[in-house]
Amino acid sequence: MPQLIIIITLIILGYITGSIAEKKHFTSIRKREAANIATPAVSISKALEDERNVEEAYLAHGCAVISMDYFKRFLAGLRNIFGGEIGAYESLVDRARREATLRMKESAKNADIILNIRIETSTIGRSNDNNRSMGSIEAFVYGTAITYKK
Amino acid sequence: MILTNIESVPGKKIMEHFGIVTGSTVRAKHIGKDILAGLKNIIGGELKGYTELLQDSRKQSTERMVEQAKQLGANAIVNIRYATSSVAQGAAELYVYGTAVRVE
Repeated sequence: MPQLIIIITLIILGYITGSIAEKKHFTSIRKREAANIATPAVSISKALEDERNVEEAYLAHGCAVISMDYFKRFLAGLRNIFGGEIGAYESLVDRARREATLRMKESAKNADIILNIRIETSTIGRSNDNNRSMGSIEAFVYGTAITYKK
Repeated sequence: MILTNIESVPGKKIMEHFGIVTGSTVRAKHIGKDILAGLKNIIGGELKGYTELLQDSRKQSTERMVEQAKQLGANAIVNIRYATSSVAQGAAELYVYGTAVRVE
């Protein structure tokens, strides 16, 4: 019985803090995405402008490790029984990737364009422990930042 | 040293190829950070300790790759790729490879 109470408390705690954190994070992501819209990140590897105009080229990267809250993990566990779409995981990977992309853009402030974007996702740590293997996710984004001659 | 992940260095001509250069590092996480991460797993959010750890490790493997390229006499590395694999519980390998070249 005490264990059940602990679990329920954790679920409620996870639900409250997790949804607040997620909402806050998405608001911040949207705001920063709007601020960084002038730096396009593209997955093609050829610069659209004349190559002779390029002043500098360098590697830009960003990474983010995002963890899920207890409530969502519990929900996802239930979903595993019936199958189907798991929205909780989707928002997790979405947050991680968008955050990593933003960090890359922010690290390359003076870039005019970022070419050949690669997005990598990996789970770290506890891979042998099946119950918690999808608890946290890492997104890593990298590309070649280009600045043109002004 | 110029690093890019496209097939050339834009605006510069490749004069010589030196073949592949690699760098890798295997890192385990700090137990204190792990306990904190365990708490964060309940409330959700970013695991800053892990983000820093991975950033540092990638930087180190990149430095190792650059070191190797310098020894070959290259001044740029093109077509860089990063890869991550977990070799054991709690440890991750961060691997980076690319082609060392000399540009004009």
